[in-house]
Amino acid sequence: MTQETLKPQEKAALIELLYQMGDDDFILSFRGSEWLGLAPHIEEDVAFSSISQDMMGHANLYYHLLEDLGEGEADRLAHLRSPDQFRNAIILEEVNGPGTYLKEPEYDWAFAVVRNYFYAVHKQIRLDSLRHSSYGPLAEAARKIMTEQYYHLMHWEIWFKQLMTSTDEAIQRMNAAIEKVWKDFGGVLTLGPSYAEIVKANLIDDEAVMKKRWTNKMEAVLKEVGAGYPGEPRMERGNGRNGVHTDDLKQALSTLSEVYATNPATGW
Amino acid sequence: MSEIKNSMTDTVMDALGDVKDPEIASVSILDLGMIHEVEVTDGKAKVSVLPTFSGCPALHIIERDIKKALESVEGIESAEVNFVFTPSWTTDRITPEGRERLKEFGISPPPANHVMGEPWEIDCPYCGSTYVTMENIFGPTACRSILYCKSCKNPFEAMKPVADMG
Repeated sequence: MTQETLKPQEKAALIELLYQMGDDDFILSFRGSEWLGLAPHIEEDVAFSSISQDMMGHANLYYHLLEDLGEGEADRLAHLRSPDQFRNAIILEEVNGPGTYLKEPEYDWAFAVVRNYFYAVHKQIRLDSLRHSSYGPLAEAARKIMTEQYYHLMHWEIWFKQLMTSTDEAIQRMNAAIEKVWKDFGGVLTLGPSYAEIVKANLIDDEAVMKKRWTNKMEAVLKEVGAGYPGEPRMERGNGRNGVHTDDLKQALSTLSEVYATNPATGW
Repeated sequence: MSEIKNSMTDTVMDALGDVKDPEIASVSILDLGMIHEVEVTDGKAKVSVLPTFSGCPALHIIERDIKKALESVEGIESAEVNFVFTPSWTTDRITPEGRERLKEFGISPPPANHVMGEPWEIDCPYCGSTYVTMENIFGPTACRSILYCKSCKNPFEAMKPVADMG
């Protein structure tokens, strides 16, 4: 399908899906950028900021696809929507830990590794499916994103496996992070209330199929590093695909849009 | 296409050869294989460009520089730049000249035919040694990695291989 051949209900489903994926990358990329200068060592600062930059680029691609569908300018979509208009999963908006990047940041590296690794695994599954999306421009964007995501997944997998097989303290902290992420990771794995229309339009595989791929992969990886499988991933704080969010999203959006919002008409 | 248009396209290509990657001053966007198509009709040039990495902050600068270069070509009144993703930019699009110029800049060019997931051989751009270590697969820009040559004891960079993943 192209922009011209989309039926109205297919277009609505496509728009919903693009917001979900764009917002997921956008907000996690922002959380990643807050780590700049605070990562465990300088090479990780280089790597993590590079990954965040790529992911912001991915969000930008999705927002541009939305712009092409008449949703408004990509920059405005990123900066001027209210929190309830965001469709990202709740676990991706969560703060990195106590403090802020300016004041006493006591960020949790285990949480960063677990959240980013679990997300990268799912993102890979999503992109694999999108390569065959019925909407041509989305399939093209997915192929582009995959070439970069390949390095991200590899990066987080190395951190995850090494810390999970490291010292007792590392293992204990990683397990606490897994427990925390698991409580809400179901929110990443869902396509939200428009699920049926999204799948019917052949935009992406069925969420149940993709979820199964993710849980299979997680079971295998956790077994490999000697950890137990925590069972069904949950969605304890609600479904971000419905526009349900925490104050953490509000805080993130107000920080990242602070400059833009002073004068949206200016070319930033 | 008429001969006049053909010769026009050659002039356009020459002008594009002067547009450099803002982050690698010795290499042109033509050398990097970023130019997909150029069309000139009635003094209007249309260029489709393949972005290297999607978050590349240099894209706006590249767009501006292409316009500037083309609009100074005699016979071209305006130039339009479109970024497209099909075909995907892959590192095998870098020309042999581009590969040499990357080395001059201290960047080892990516392998010409890379299969994603397979090991990747990198030679030192200064001494050609293969006795190198990867310090960081990520680097100062999205497209580069950081390495160290154990033979000539120089730090250097390498362009990450990017191949079509189907």
